Amino acid sequence: MSSPAIAVRGLVCRRDHAVVLDGIDLAFGAGEVTAIVGPNGAGKTTLLRHLAGLDTPAAGQVDLRGQPLASLGPAIRAWSIAYLPQAASAYWPLRARDLVALGRLPHGADLSRPTRASDAEAVQRALERVDGVRLADRAINTLSQGERARLMMARALATEAPIFLADEPVASLDPAYALETMTILRAEAARGACVIVVLHDLGLAARFADRIVVLANHKIAADGPPDVALAAGVIDAAYGVTFRHITVDGVPQPVAWEKQR
Amino acid sequence: MNRWLLLLVAALYLLSLAVGPAWWPWRLGNEVGWTIVWELRVPRATLGLLIGGVLGLSGAVLQGWLRNPLAEPGVIGVSACAGFAAVCAFYSGLAAAFVLALPLAGIAGAAIAVALLMGAVRSGTGTVSLLLMGVAINAIAAALISLVLALSPNPFAYQEISLWLAGSIVDRDLRYLAIAAPFMIVGAAIVLGAGRWLDALSLGEDTARSLGADTRSLGLRLTLGVGLMVGAATSVAGVIGFVGLIAPHLIRARVGFRPGGTLVPSMLVGAALVLGADTVVRLLPTASELQLGVFTSLVGAPFLVRAVRKAHGAWLAT
Repeated sequence: MSSPAIAVRGLVCRRDHAVVLDGIDLAFGAGEVTAIVGPNGAGKTTLLRHLAGLDTPAAGQVDLRGQPLASLGPAIRAWSIAYLPQAASAYWPLRARDLVALGRLPHGADLSRPTRASDAEAVQRALERVDGVRLADRAINTLSQGERARLMMARALATEAPIFLADEPVASLDPAYALETMTILRAEAARGACVIVVLHDLGLAARFADRIVVLANHKIAADGPPDVALAAGVIDAAYGVTFRHITVDGVPQPVAWEKQR
Repeated sequence: MNRWLLLLVAALYLLSLAVGPAWWPWRLGNEVGWTIVWELRVPRATLGLLIGGVLGLSGAVLQGWLRNPLAEPGVIGVSACAGFAAVCAFYSGLAAAFVLALPLAGIAGAAIAVALLMGAVRSGTGTVSLLLMGVAINAIAAALISLVLALSPNPFAYQEISLWLAGSIVDRDLRYLAIAAPFMIVGAAIVLGAGRWLDALSLGEDTARSLGADTRSLGLRLTLGVGLMVGAATSVAGVIGFVGLIAPHLIRARVGFRPGGTLVPSMLVGAALVLGADTVVRLLPTASELQLGVFTSLVGAPFLVRAVRKAHGAWLAT
């Protein structure tokens, strides 16, 4: 791997004196999909928020292409990192196209002015990638949850940033939407972006990620390709669950079977 | 749409110059007529224009920023706080000693209220905490105003000040206009450029930050801008409620519910509402002229009731 797109060094996060992340070292390369998995409360979302520059670490730092993220202004950060939060929503019933166009703000777009051609094209591309063109002129409160999630994804894609962070983008989506979302993330990596996605579904992670980072007890429990990171000895201890390890078409598909005592 | 709104505002401004005890005063064709126009009607209409504009704009800014269609300077206590500060300036003698004391006090009061509200929204997001904070600020401001009045040695003070607080732009001469207008214009200029980030905030604060919004400096900027506008407006005209609630509401659907898109139209609609209301109170057959703020509340409060009842499902996250 050449110089990493984004990396964390010795990252420590405390909240109300409790340690949330304890000395995390990770580097993420361009063109890769990395899945971050782990039990609830392991610090997955917190890690992603630090990568997005939304939280300030108690110790350690985040480097964006070798430069400390904290030293970069909000404009450069926004241009470099697209962030799709968990259960993304909007406070107003915006038109779908306006919603997606918000992803162009880091490129200097202003929705109160006439749209520039480059922004209009990027919005159109993002809508096409999520198969949302026919939704473009509808208000988002008239859409189903799955359709809305697609548009939120399009909003993040429209930035066309070199780094794409998504926090549980498939939570509460049906299998068809979930597969489609993962395919979009793979395409984003094929475009050359560094894709980091928090997932709960280990099967999807194994199938679509190049690399899986297992977080447990505020530390990295495993880090590697799916068959290594999801091996029996690793995830059983991390989750406190006995998994059945099945292989489908050569892809490991761990199935949570029984809670350990 | 903005072109039509501008025409409407211009028409209402001219109407406001024309209507009153003496109709079409310039038609008198003598000195008295022009004195009425320049000394009475122009200051009154211009104040109505500016105050309506900044109230409409403040409503749009607060609603976008707090992500809540019920935010409005009067309802959530910003005007009341500015009113209290202005009353303090009156009774401490500061307003008499130093001409800018009144608007400055109003601005400080409004800014404090905005900052308190932002704190409430940060800690427990949602309509309920925002409105409860507004209720608290309104109650405290009203109680403190009563306290200051009770301590006042002047028996006429109570009536005088409560009439003033009820909101009116009658008999404000050019001096008032000169004191307040610069603050209102600067405040408007400060917030008008923030539309992009208000748009971004419709996705919540985290996403807005990830899109490049510096929410801390944005918060300071909007607090300052709304403080300048509402503080200056309240210090010359008292509390004129509900304009900031109604104005954005009337045009929101037209701009696709985009918070940044509501700013300019809402400013124009606010100006039209106040100019129109101020003309109507002159025409009402009441013994003494009805206070402008009383009239906007009479019309606006039922509107708030309707907005609250329709609110369910009108926006997605609360």
